[in-house]
Amino acid sequence: MEFQSILAAAAGGHGAVNPWAAIAYLVSGVFFILALRGLSSPASSQRGNRFGMIGMTIAVVTTLLTHVPRLDGGALDNIALIEILAAIGIGAVIGIVMARRIAMTAMPQLVAAFHSLVGLAAVAVAAAAYLNPQAFGIADATGQIFTVSRIEMGLGIAIGAITFSGSVIAFLKLNGNMSGAPIMLPGRHVINLGTLAAIIGLVAYFTFDQSPWVFWTVTALSFLIGFLLIIPIGGADMPVVVSMLNSYSGWAAAAMGFTLGNTAMIITGALVGSSGAILSYIMCRAMNRSFISVIAGGFGGDDAAAGAGGAKEQRPWKPGSADDAAFLMSQAENVIIVPGYGMAVAQAQHALREMADLLKKEGVNVKYAIHPVAGRMPGHMNVLLAEANVPYDEVFELEDINGEFAQCDVAFVIGANDVTNPSAKTDKSSPIYGMPVLDVEKAKTVLFVKRSMGGVGYAGVDNDVFYMDQTMMLLGDAKKMADDIVKALNGSGH
Amino acid sequence: MDFIAIFSIFVLACFVGYFVVWSVTPALHTPLMSVTNAISSVIIVGALIAAAAAGSASSKWLGLAAVVMASINIFGGFAVTARMLAMYKKKER
Repeated sequence: MEFQSILAAAAGGHGAVNPWAAIAYLVSGVFFILALRGLSSPASSQRGNRFGMIGMTIAVVTTLLTHVPRLDGGALDNIALIEILAAIGIGAVIGIVMARRIAMTAMPQLVAAFHSLVGLAAVAVAAAAYLNPQAFGIADATGQIFTVSRIEMGLGIAIGAITFSGSVIAFLKLNGNMSGAPIMLPGRHVINLGTLAAIIGLVAYFTFDQSPWVFWTVTALSFLIGFLLIIPIGGADMPVVVSMLNSYSGWAAAAMGFTLGNTAMIITGALVGSSGAILSYIMCRAMNRSFISVIAGGFGGDDAAAGAGGAKEQRPWKPGSADDAAFLMSQAENVIIVPGYGMAVAQAQHALREMADLLKKEGVNVKYAIHPVAGRMPGHMNVLLAEANVPYDEVFELEDINGEFAQCDVAFVIGANDVTNPSAKTDKSSPIYGMPVLDVEKAKTVLFVKRSMGGVGYAGVDNDVFYMDQTMMLLGDAKKMADDIVKALNGSGH
Repeated sequence: MDFIAIFSIFVLACFVGYFVVWSVTPALHTPLMSVTNAISSVIIVGALIAAAAAGSASSKWLGLAAVVMASINIFGGFAVTARMLAMYKKKER
């Protein structure tokens, strides 16, 4: 911050920046850093979340104290304050009700919905700043907006609008209102690049000409490109998309932070922006795909791509029943459970935990193995298992547990497929070649819960694990199968 | 605040974000997304400024609408994160 403006403000002059407010925003930014820091372990995470709430309270109260108009006596203008508090109250009720009601399996949709709101809020703030620039201190006396502010504002509204329309599409796909299959427009790369170039060109032109048509055209084109960018991306690539939109919502906040010269917004925007970018990177690495190829789209409808490699020769496979599975697992010493999106769809996590509890009672050592892209958002499986009361120290990430499959008696795969496919390690022609996979084929026995033999995973590749001698296919709904195994375990022995 | 000062804060915050986020355990990546979502609603600061300012009715209403949207996110985001985090438990011994 400029030293002179501190002096000016401290001396009671007309400096634009109130030093106490600036420090309060900085403190709020630090609390946001601590909030993310808390997530380094489940033990400190709840404290971290409270730090986040404190940071937000400081930012909101500071803004209210410095910006709500004051009456002659110096008291806050009650009408303005009541309007604002009412708006916060409405948002609070809606937000808390949504947060309470949402099923854990629907978490990806909820996060997408929340992202769309951040995007739309950024658009509304940028538009408000454009319509009333003096209130934001970004224009001279004649109403000419400063050049730097025009760029920041242009970027803010563009990123905000992309976040909004992209998140709406992601929400519709995740929520099943729209097919998860990629929608491919002819010439979409040309259309997308053209639209993007037009947005960048117009933002540059906006620095010369602040006419409304420039501003609103940028807004409209950005809404359009957000929509165009996400429709060709398949349901299974949604973890990357959701992370990417998370990142965008941060950059939108940062851009508006620049416009307002507000450190809380800039620090938060940078944190959220890098968080989303890192998560996208982790997801892409876990699929061995480049970010560009995911964003270019066209890969991975839910099970739409079955034609690609599925219809090959019929190979023999071994069916099994819940009783067989119960027997095999109760005799085992070590069992590793590999959950996937199918578990989430079938809501099988509670039945699965019940099954694991019974096995543990029989003296079986049970662990869970999580692939980074299992599910529809980063960490999706971990939340579902936590919801079902699975202790987090029984749940392991791919690199921590992969060596243990060779020593385990039973690998129990439920609702996962591609993440266990050994052809990713050997078959160079496979679309998933190079993707890190869980080595379930090294287990003495593999129990594979799957709806039917017909469907293949989202990559449309056959999985050799199905046809191995030590594999037993348990065909049926994941929850029903887990329930049946629980019944069988209860029936036997005691 | 001049642009260079604020840009420096931004660049340094990106580095802080980079290191802090890599230290987040993968098991908490979903809560990470919901909490980052909640804190990115600090954009409410801009919304409050617009809502409190005199001079343009449309700007004020846009501000109030943005306050509602950002509040949904703030309260919803923190609440759902708290709900998730409360479920992560250690093994009973």
